[in-house]
Amino acid sequence: MQQKDYASQIHRCFRCDYCKFPTDYSSFNCPSYRRFRFDSYSTGGRLWLIYAWLKGEIEWSEHFAEILYTCTTCKNCTEQCPMKFAPDIVDWIVGARSDMVEKGKIPPRVARFFEAVYGYGNPFKQLRSDRAAWANGTKKYASGDEYLLYIGCLGSYDENGQKMARSLVDILNTSGVSFGILGEEEECCGNEIYMLGETGLFQNLVEKNSQKFKELGVRKIVTLSPHAYNTMKNNYPAFGGSFELCHYTQLLNDLIKKNKIKPSRAKAKVTYQDPCFLGRYNNIYDEPRQILQSIPGIELVEMERNRRDAFCCGGGSGNFVTDLLAGSTDSPARVRAREAYETGAATLAVACPSCLTMLTDAVKAEDLDDKLAVKDISQILKELLSAK
Amino acid sequence: MSDVYEALQKIVGEDYVSNRAEERYFYGRDPGLMPPHEPDYVVMPKTTEEVQEIIKLANREKVPVTPKGGGLALTGLVIPLKGGIVMDMKRMDRILEVNEKARYVVVEAGVTHGALKSYLQKHHPHLRHSIPDSPPIATIVANAVIHGQGRLSQQHGFNSDMVSGLEVVLPTGELCRIGSCSVSSYWFSKGAPLPDLSGLFLGWFGTTGIITKLGMKLYPCKKIRDVMLFLTDKADLVPEVIRKLAHTEMVEDIVVTAQPLPLRFKGNFYILLYITGDSEEEIEFKKKMAWEALMVYFESRDGGFVSVTPNMKPPLLAMPSKDTARFADVSKGGGFEYSGPIAPIDKYPAYLEKLEELASKYKLFYSSAARVIDGGHSMMFSFSYTFNRANPDEMKRAKVALDEAAEFALEEDGVIWKPNINEQQMVMERMDQNTLVLMRKIKQLLDPNGIMNPGNWEVK
Repeated sequence: MQQKDYASQIHRCFRCDYCKFPTDYSSFNCPSYRRFRFDSYSTGGRLWLIYAWLKGEIEWSEHFAEILYTCTTCKNCTEQCPMKFAPDIVDWIVGARSDMVEKGKIPPRVARFFEAVYGYGNPFKQLRSDRAAWANGTKKYASGDEYLLYIGCLGSYDENGQKMARSLVDILNTSGVSFGILGEEEECCGNEIYMLGETGLFQNLVEKNSQKFKELGVRKIVTLSPHAYNTMKNNYPAFGGSFELCHYTQLLNDLIKKNKIKPSRAKAKVTYQDPCFLGRYNNIYDEPRQILQSIPGIELVEMERNRRDAFCCGGGSGNFVTDLLAGSTDSPARVRAREAYETGAATLAVACPSCLTMLTDAVKAEDLDDKLAVKDISQILKELLSAK
Repeated sequence: MSDVYEALQKIVGEDYVSNRAEERYFYGRDPGLMPPHEPDYVVMPKTTEEVQEIIKLANREKVPVTPKGGGLALTGLVIPLKGGIVMDMKRMDRILEVNEKARYVVVEAGVTHGALKSYLQKHHPHLRHSIPDSPPIATIVANAVIHGQGRLSQQHGFNSDMVSGLEVVLPTGELCRIGSCSVSSYWFSKGAPLPDLSGLFLGWFGTTGIITKLGMKLYPCKKIRDVMLFLTDKADLVPEVIRKLAHTEMVEDIVVTAQPLPLRFKGNFYILLYITGDSEEEIEFKKKMAWEALMVYFESRDGGFVSVTPNMKPPLLAMPSKDTARFADVSKGGGFEYSGPIAPIDKYPAYLEKLEELASKYKLFYSSAARVIDGGHSMMFSFSYTFNRANPDEMKRAKVALDEAAEFALEEDGVIWKPNINEQQMVMERMDQNTLVLMRKIKQLLDPNGIMNPGNWEVK
């Protein structure tokens, strides 16, 4: 983690603007720059403004804070930046956000996000007692279960996320995997809290989760969300929380290969949205595609920007709640919905509850909802298992 | 001034105009060493009509307007020296036409070199354009306006020489077409056989109008592209090596690099030769011609070809080259700038000596890349120095070194490329007096209120 060093390093950005692009330079791949188009909203703009703030050349303002928090931490800049410091860019932004949090100078929407997680354990201000309302009697994790299925806040409370969670539970039940959930005892994973710079609250969540997992004797965790997968895999170990992690697409792909689940034939053209926290953060590109390709009759077509060049849905860094990039036809999710539609696919497959909710809304906003269905891979698979 | 802000909002929509401190800060500076000056407004038009409305407003209210593309000239050409409006052109991003047979493309003012490269690869893979070494955000129009060079400049001249037509909003708001497109629906020529009016806008840094559309010539994209590397430790030989290579007319691009680190580079001059062809036979023939042209140096042991390993090739062949931007991080400081005189190739040894002398004098890290232009008629020689943006003293030293390099380049009969405002004055001090009078007349005629990028090319 380079957060602490950001102030001594951030001047190294030359603002060459490679960070705005995908590998082939065909379009703009920085979600906030694509949305707002002022150079100030690009990674270079952000880094220069942070440096100016540190030097006292600009004052803090709500607009400055919004510029910082419209970054979805999608890591496109890290992929494209030609400099040696490229791997540290997101940490620098998180570091600056942490300083802002410490000074109490953050956008009101972000403050409400923190308050909600602090007070309710989720960013939606939903009751803890309702956390497992989606679960419909799903078994709680018990000692001896192979996997803890970690659902996360979106899966627990968001309407789309809940559908996704139910589908995954049904598939896992069908496959005979031994697993359980935490239900009302589950805490927020903290990925967004970390990215938004609330390091104290993040540490608190990590400790709570890690302790709970240890108490229950959890060894393997399968996550619904790539966000949870990312933070538990990459951030938790620094705080002593080390578990065997997999994203659900990795587990399902494995089950398909072992013939534990066998989808029936479907006839559909499907495109796939790489979640940033699965792809660019953790290099998981193949497993979700292999699941789709294992379904007889499904034709997988790629969007122009895919894999390490995939365009973020705009939901990262808590934007699925704070929604700082909304309100325009240039909002990233709407741009991405149009791109998916242009492939000729009838279904836009996702593997992330944030992508699911962002793109479902975007497809409606684009008036494409009768032409392009947004479904999580677990939902697609569940439908085909039911039809067997 | 709040009236201007509201008027701009009405023209482009409230999302695309800002007078906030953050945008004013960012658009008030570039990555180079010229002092900042903030605009009052940043505006991002989408259409030619919006540009016209903004210019009419600015002309009426006598508000300065500075157009901006990628903002990578490094010499402060997009810093609004007298405030007013910075017009970020990058929302005008449509590629309007590619004529395959006449081999040209028509683009809007904000189309980037990166986007055009990608578009041609996908839709017209047998055509290419002259890609500069600047990062892909550089716009086609801004690069032409500063007489940029690119990977085809050895064969076809400055990128501005490859312009095949313009659409311009004049400083008084009228829309004007330049070249064949003024009388025809084709954009095949910026001048001939008509009076060539493109010179009223190219090289003027936006002081005579805003180019909203531009035609650019395209060239064959050969199936194979390869690179050769000739090494000599004698700077004096470089001009003759270039002359011999250019004489073969077999080489697409010639670039001479020099830098002190890693140590194996010190004292050596790496001459990169780019060869293209549609078949292995064509490539081999061209390579053979290049070999034979330089054989004399091999025999005299003054130089020789160096093997280019497979690992070396991708960065050398990349267009644009990320290594150019990486130079800014060599000393982990985030900055570099170069003075790039256009000069006869026989000036190479003198310039190189001065580059090293200034680096030593001011304790700076340097490099140089000299690109041959138009078959050897001239070269662009870069006096490049890095600096640490967190080290004001080093920034000051780099600026002084660049100023001295520019002065030296002029004394040695070069002409400064994309000069900053001080260098523009240095150039104009040496310029023929009647040429200056002509420039002043043109400026006064086109921009009577002096609103366009004021401070630049100001004839005193």
